[in-house]
Amino acid sequence: MEYIKPFKRILLVGCNECVTVCAAGGRKEVGLLASGLHMAVLKSGATIEIREHTLERQCDPEYVEELVPMIDGVEAVMSMACGCGVQEIARRFKNKPVFPALNTKFMGASERQGVWSERCQGCGDCLLGMTGGICPIARCAKQLMNGPCGGSTGGHCEIGEDTDCAWALIWERLKALGQIERYVEITPAKDWRPGGGSGPRKIIREDLAE
Amino acid sequence: MENFEPVIVAFCCHYCAYTAADMAGSQRLTYPANVKIIRVPCSGKVDALHIVKAFEKGADGVYVAGCLEGDCHFKNGNVRAARRVESVRKYLEEIGLEGERLEMVTMSAGMGYRFAQVATEMTEKIRKMGPSPIHLALAGGASEARKAANI
Ligand code: SF4
Ligand code: SF4
Repeated sequence: MEYIKPFKRILLVGCNECVTVCAAGGRKEVGLLASGLHMAVLKSGATIEIREHTLERQCDPEYVEELVPMIDGVEAVMSMACGCGVQEIARRFKNKPVFPALNTKFMGASERQGVWSERCQGCGDCLLGMTGGICPIARCAKQLMNGPCGGSTGGHCEIGEDTDCAWALIWERLKALGQIERYVEITPAKDWRPGGGSGPRKIIREDLAE
Repeated sequence: MENFEPVIVAFCCHYCAYTAADMAGSQRLTYPANVKIIRVPCSGKVDALHIVKAFEKGADGVYVAGCLEGDCHFKNGNVRAARRVESVRKYLEEIGLEGERLEMVTMSAGMGYRFAQVATEMTEKIRKMGPSPIHLALAGGASEARKAANI
């Protein structure tokens, strides 16, 4: 609300990919937020025009280009994509203020309808092959590499009853797979350079890049 | 707003409330003309977006009328509708509208009397609450922006 206060005409942009399946920033959420913002502004005694548009993807320049015919008619853009989408729009349209309408929280999976939990932190050097397919980086509160801490109780992490202990899960799974030797093996301290420790990361596919 | 006549939108399930409205008609029961009925195939089909847009266009009250618990033609559409109504109520509060302007009710197809009663009660309740601030803002000429946007 604070972001858009100074403006009379804004464009609210959704994204048809990840944020749509997470029910956070797809066409429907754009509609809901546009109505909500419009009503809140009306209630405050002001007026605003909110145009709605949802792109196929906001993280690819080809799709962001679609906004060209709409951009001149608005004073600011609010994006319901993840942070990548917001930044793509900001990069493309240098003279338009762009605001995020979401907080991008994590890479996760849906446990069941309407419930999402964190699964991966993009550490750049995947350990899942060693840990029975359960990530100790994203799912252990202490990111331990060699078994649980003393707080692991009855399968729960010490941070709360509703959080599974990643290491309890790993142990159960390795047992079921007959791979207990993986558990016993000592994993050395993790090299965080591929995990962001050496600055922003970039992937270049020589065969694709132009 | 003098002589305030509330605008109430009722999303009525085809298998219960909508038929109950018919029943009310054939029983010659009267209910306030303020209630605008929108027939839906199931109360579970009513999306948050439909409800919010109704308020955005100036409705003073909205209710979703589904089948009695356990009687949904599509198993649990009415339960889903109730949960959705609950979450939209919270959203309305966030926007600054009273959540009580939105209700979920249940009835069976034979309950013509209950249909008329709900329609009357809702109209009276909203009449007491007064016009929604959005209704007021739209009536006050703030609608130009929205009209320009063709919404
Ligand atoms: S080990 Fe690293 S890459 Fe693999 S799931 Fe965990 S955070 Fe993601
Ligand atoms: S209880 Fe388990 S998940 Fe929690 S910090 Fe300790 S080892 Fe990690």
